[in-house]
Amino acid sequence: MSSYQFDLSIITNGKFAQMLLDGLITTIQLSSVSCVLAFIIGLNIAVMRLTSFTPIRIFAQCYLEFFRNTPLIVQLFFWYFGSFQILPTFINDWLNNLNFEFAAAVIALTFYTSAFIAEDIRSGILAIPKEQMEASRSSGFSYIRSMHYIILPQAVRLTIPPLINQFLNLAKNSSMAMVIGVGELTYQARQIESQSFKSFEAFFAATFIYVCISFIISGIINIYDKKVLNPMGKGTH
Amino acid sequence: MESIFDFSVISNNFLQFMIGRYPNGPLGGLALTLILAFISVILSIIFGLILGLLCISRNSFIRIPVSFFVNLIRAMPLLMVIFWMFFLLPALTGGKFPENGTVVFALTIFTSCYISQIVKAGIASIPKGQTEASLSSGLTYWQTMRYVVLPQGLRNMIPSFVNQFVSLIKDTSLGYIVGVSELTQVAQQINNRTQNYAAEIFIFLAIIYFIICFAFTTLSRWLEKNLAWRKSI
Repeated sequence: MSSYQFDLSIITNGKFAQMLLDGLITTIQLSSVSCVLAFIIGLNIAVMRLTSFTPIRIFAQCYLEFFRNTPLIVQLFFWYFGSFQILPTFINDWLNNLNFEFAAAVIALTFYTSAFIAEDIRSGILAIPKEQMEASRSSGFSYIRSMHYIILPQAVRLTIPPLINQFLNLAKNSSMAMVIGVGELTYQARQIESQSFKSFEAFFAATFIYVCISFIISGIINIYDKKVLNPMGKGTH
Repeated sequence: MESIFDFSVISNNFLQFMIGRYPNGPLGGLALTLILAFISVILSIIFGLILGLLCISRNSFIRIPVSFFVNLIRAMPLLMVIFWMFFLLPALTGGKFPENGTVVFALTIFTSCYISQIVKAGIASIPKGQTEASLSSGLTYWQTMRYVVLPQGLRNMIPSFVNQFVSLIKDTSLGYIVGVSELTQVAQQINNRTQNYAAEIFIFLAIIYFIICFAFTTLSRWLEKNLAWRKSI
């Protein structure tokens, strides 16, 4: 260790700083797009898991178990290498015209995260008293409408802290997209390392950025918990 | 579309999926994945328990740095921890460090930080009166922990432990990044060699992981139900 010169200046300016910035932007884009899509799918899966119609419930259950119990990296490889075999040609062409690496990473991250989000939303829905659904049904709302207007708005409000936490996990998990060549933060750190042989500086910088992201997001969760969910300082959930 | 799947690529390479190139080379594949996971699990429980106890220590010179370390690791992606170990361990030991060891180190550090939080929550779930009663009966702090708090707290933690191990088994797949010949690496090698069977190979890979992880997820759910049932009696 004594012979190693730790010199942060090489990554604070010039080409490498630009690479880190590009990586950060890609990480944020990847996480945000996947987060929105995963929320939409997760919400639907959560509702499907709670319906009384058995085939839909079993489908949702299988979906959840499958995506939760396989490693993200395997899912990334599957979509990146294998999707040409299973998707129709026109979709492949369309994805190729976009940015295929990015698209495959978004698909993998979306499916993976949606399974975790669905579980969080489900426990949020279960926390809403059953009488609300009964009251809404007996006022003439259909099941779907009761969910839409009565249950989900309350459940999502309760679920926001775990959802933000899932977003944090998503941002961290997006680092795995480097294995299929998406130029996100970890990928750029690796590039800087191989171009400059400054491994410690490169990974120190990337780690620092990830830790900042994590601490900012945890801070937001704490504030939301204190100000919105527990303004009086007593537990609501 | 022509016939979509041809799973003969799996049966032709089945042995390599399971044990890598074992008799002619190092052990790999599923066997190595399970070994890495098993060693990391044992080490993570030990270190997780220690870190958890240090996080609630009454001595703030211990508690604050340990909590900071735990939060720092939890704020990082596992991939970053693996890369740190990959560069740091050879620099510290002054030479080459085996890749398998790198992955075990990284997984252990990462998982024990998460386990320490489970331990912390499990201990917090034991009513404070028990600690007070035990301390006032003349037991020391460590005796109280060892004989009164931990035996009860640990039982509540078991389902969360099992969930953490499911994550750990999934995380061994990241050994691929530093060239450990575990299951994912072997699959990628077969994929590179056979070229046209990516979907089959990765579906099969997903199924193997799924079977193992789903078994543990089911176990954890069963434990949660049964342990809760016993507590209620």
